Amino acid sequence: MEYNGGAVVAMVGKNCVAIACDKRLGVQAMTISTEFKKIFQATPKTYLGLPGLATDVQTLAEKFRFKINMYKLKEEREIEPRTLAHLVSSTLYERRFGPWFTEPVVAGLDKNNNPFICNTDTIGCINFAKDFVVSGTSTNQLYGMCESLWEPDLEPEDLFETISQALMNAVDRDCLAGWGAEVVVITPDKIITRTLKSRMD
Amino acid sequence: MDALVSKYAHSSASPLDSSEGFSQAGFDAAQQFALPMFDIPMVSNPIDFLRAHTDPSAENRIRIQHGTTTLAFKFQGGIVVAVDSRASGGSYIASQTVKKVIEINPYLLGTMAGGAADCQYWERELGRRCRLYELRNKERISVAAASKILSNMVYDYKGMGLSMGTMITGWDKTGPALYYVDSDGSRLKGERFSVGSGSTFAYGVLDTGYDFDMSVDDAIALGKRSIYHACHRDAYSGGSVNVFHVKESGWEFKGNFDFDKLHWDYQAQPKGQIV
Repeated sequence: MEYNGGAVVAMVGKNCVAIACDKRLGVQAMTISTEFKKIFQATPKTYLGLPGLATDVQTLAEKFRFKINMYKLKEEREIEPRTLAHLVSSTLYERRFGPWFTEPVVAGLDKNNNPFICNTDTIGCINFAKDFVVSGTSTNQLYGMCESLWEPDLEPEDLFETISQALMNAVDRDCLAGWGAEVVVITPDKIITRTLKSRMD
Repeated sequence: MDALVSKYAHSSASPLDSSEGFSQAGFDAAQQFALPMFDIPMVSNPIDFLRAHTDPSAENRIRIQHGTTTLAFKFQGGIVVAVDSRASGGSYIASQTVKKVIEINPYLLGTMAGGAADCQYWERELGRRCRLYELRNKERISVAAASKILSNMVYDYKGMGLSMGTMITGWDKTGPALYYVDSDGSRLKGERFSVGSGSTFAYGVLDTGYDFDMSVDDAIALGKRSIYHACHRDAYSGGSVNVFHVKESGWEFKGNFDFDKLHWDYQAQPKGQIV
């Protein structure tokens, strides 16, 4: 987690969810890129966040793209976020004794537009949460921010503001994350993607 | 009975009578140049004990401030000193508003990289010794002598875990002077130094833009810009940039510039010609 740095957070709102990440790719102390992708669209209403070792992030993103497409072809429907969480979990547990160095986050709306978020550890232990999940190098700071800013039933715009403030203020206390941020808010009828301007140190 | 009273009244330590060398009866001028005394942990090997608790892999690591970028360079108009202001403990940012330039006296500046407490303590001790020198000799200490006092002091503790990489700058009889002093015992005289985890980034910008005959304003801008680039690329540097100018009349503080503002100001500027 500390080798490349990075942070991901997801939150539940009223009939919506949000997922956000920073944009840093570093090699220990040195920042290599400020445009590094850490969250990926799994289905029209589900996103997958993959903070951690960059090489595993990219490999897993492709691996999951393949598995999600195979699921869609076989089942002739989109994968549900809860199902995706279990797919992620079992994929990670296959590497129980030589793990992928990433802690994935799943955020989305299910077929009834009910919000779903969860994260797992590096070997696939799922943590279902009703409020928010955090992952990456800034977990301590993110928990602090989320515990104080999050409240139930936030509307999409308020949820955007809350998750943005939580992420930006958390990474401003972490050397290894930050350098810009990306936020996705998923609502039943649209996806709002925004890039945030933040401190670049 | 009287014998008993006199015995205890005499031997109990009174506040004046101590090892600090200030009691009137036992004043000893040499004491003022003695090395400070430190409590040593009561274990068989104090150095290994300290190392076990300051090692990056130790569970409860002590000491903050390992990442830093500091620089100082000589030019036609004196010396420019520029530093960042971040203190980190591991990857946690402990502070973004640290003063890494230590004002030893109106003519001497020291910079801070490595252990914050080590730099602060030893540069303050240096300040005390420089003041004593001034009182005894009725003239200011040279930068060469001041830096050597510091270098010799920390050399006495070599291998004990002190961590500091500092630049001592100032203006004396010989003009502007710049020395690099570290806790390994190195003491180097030079034109241009950068110290800390972001130093390589700062050197890149500094060497590209450096010209001995540059104006004071350009030199300050160069120092600022070098630290800015280091803060951008180095995870353990950041916060804001503090700039000082050392000239014949002593040092002058040239301002504190928040990194966030600098970044968006520089982004808006047209890119400079390099080739």
